[in-house]
Amino acid sequence: MKDYMFLFRGGLDFTKASPEQLQQAMANWKNWVEELKKEGVYNSGERLVRNDAAVVKGSARQVLDGPYTESKEIVGGYISIKAENLKQAIEISKDCPIFNYDGNVEIREVAKM
Amino acid sequence: MVASKSVYELTDHLFRHEAGKMVSVLSRLLGLQNLETAQDIVQDTLLQAMSTWSYNTIPENPSAWLYRVAKNKAIDFLRRQKRFKELAPQYSYLLQSEYILTSTVNNLFLEDEIQDSQLRMMFACCHPAITEESQVALTLKTLCGLNASEIARAFLTNEETINKRIYRNKDKIKQQKIELTVPQGKELPERLDGVLKSLYLLFNEGYNSSQPDHLIREDLCQEAMRLAYILTTHVGTNLSITNALLSLMCFQASRLQARLDDKGNIILLKYQDRSKWYQPLIKKGITYLQIATMDSEVSAYHLEAAIASLHAVASSFEKTDWKSIYDLYETLYRLRPEPIVALNKAIASAYAMNKQNALDQLLHIKGLENYYLYHTSIGEIYFELQNKQMAKKFYETALGLTTSKQEQQLLKNKISNCEAVQ
Repeated sequence: MKDYMFLFRGGLDFTKASPEQLQQAMANWKNWVEELKKEGVYNSGERLVRNDAAVVKGSARQVLDGPYTESKEIVGGYISIKAENLKQAIEISKDCPIFNYDGNVEIREVAKM
Repeated sequence: MVASKSVYELTDHLFRHEAGKMVSVLSRLLGLQNLETAQDIVQDTLLQAMSTWSYNTIPENPSAWLYRVAKNKAIDFLRRQKRFKELAPQYSYLLQSEYILTSTVNNLFLEDEIQDSQLRMMFACCHPAITEESQVALTLKTLCGLNASEIARAFLTNEETINKRIYRNKDKIKQQKIELTVPQGKELPERLDGVLKSLYLLFNEGYNSSQPDHLIREDLCQEAMRLAYILTTHVGTNLSITNALLSLMCFQASRLQARLDDKGNIILLKYQDRSKWYQPLIKKGITYLQIATMDSEVSAYHLEAAIASLHAVASSFEKTDWKSIYDLYETLYRLRPEPIVALNKAIASAYAMNKQNALDQLLHIKGLENYYLYHTSIGEIYFELQNKQMAKKFYETALGLTTSKQEQQLLKNKISNCEAVQ
């Protein structure tokens, strides 16, 4: 069994979303996570706050405001899951609700000792 | 992997309704001129709920959780805010003291106060300084938690128009210094009329299709009823006229499920499966109508509710008490001599008296030339009088006047019926 990281980008524009849409998105997301937990493949996950971010850079530890990317390129959250291989990890990602909102999932294997 | 049915579904529209409540409470605290700040705090709160609950368990009392977060955000905002003068005058003094800041905010989030805040917000949104169509948009935005694109969909217009409408009125609120109060004494009946009118329009927008997408429309009906219900819980606004309006809404809403077939086509009253009428709502309608008729006041809402009640209790279209309905429409027409009332009166006369009488009345109505239902009704009477050619002519005019897909389908069927028998 390997661990894979799902990095989520894009999706629903939270600043413009209506309460109804937020609730719907939350319910979809929760259902998906619960499903993964039930199957025993879910390790952990968090959503990331979009504002109040910084990038610290170089030997001088230069501090920059937020990631200077388009909002749809910002990582909005991540989860870690268990899978046999990349193919299975891709399969697991397919029901992710982010696809209903025009977002994407980057799938990366966690390097282990 | 098959997505199973959710066991985590929150109450329908929890976010939407809580958004409306929290915006009302926070605006009362911060002053209506800070409506936008209140809305931002609420959006932030819902976002936080969404982020936290998505991965973890949903708290046992989600509303209390939301209130706690919103309160904290409001308190943070108040601490950062140096100029308390810009806040609601009745609270600015209390909020200057760190000692009572928290308890003041807490008190406003008590159940009774939340209800009261929504009531105040209703009167503010329906302030006479704001145009009628904007009143409805503003009500939907602040009290019902709909965003501009949802409102635009409901009114078959674009988001930009709705945004402009809302923005203009936020300005007006500031300029006119509209406050969040429930009017009292002599001012109350007139201001209440304005609120009821807005809720009536809101309900009708939901009930009478003017747009192809029907889902959101049922929501509008529910929202109108929810707000009308709040009015009945407050001593000052729980008047006979309020109960009459709520009664009318209950009767109309009881038929929502029977109005569309599986394909979303509209089924006329005559052909509706009456077993699909939702009896609990009919019972509520009757109860509110009884309360409404305890005093001698007779408003248009009373008459409309009485008409709706006669339809609701009739076992079939034929067995409906058309004579009484016609009489009620006559009274209503005296109260509100509007072409739309004349139209309904004429239709009732077709069953209370005869088709020819109805046709004569219909052809005399002025001012509904662009209303598809007017032409449909005339077509209908011609059809029943066996004049298919004239029927077809009027159906075709009607077809050109409606944007609703369901209505269009209904009319196309009627037109082909005229052709089939010719």
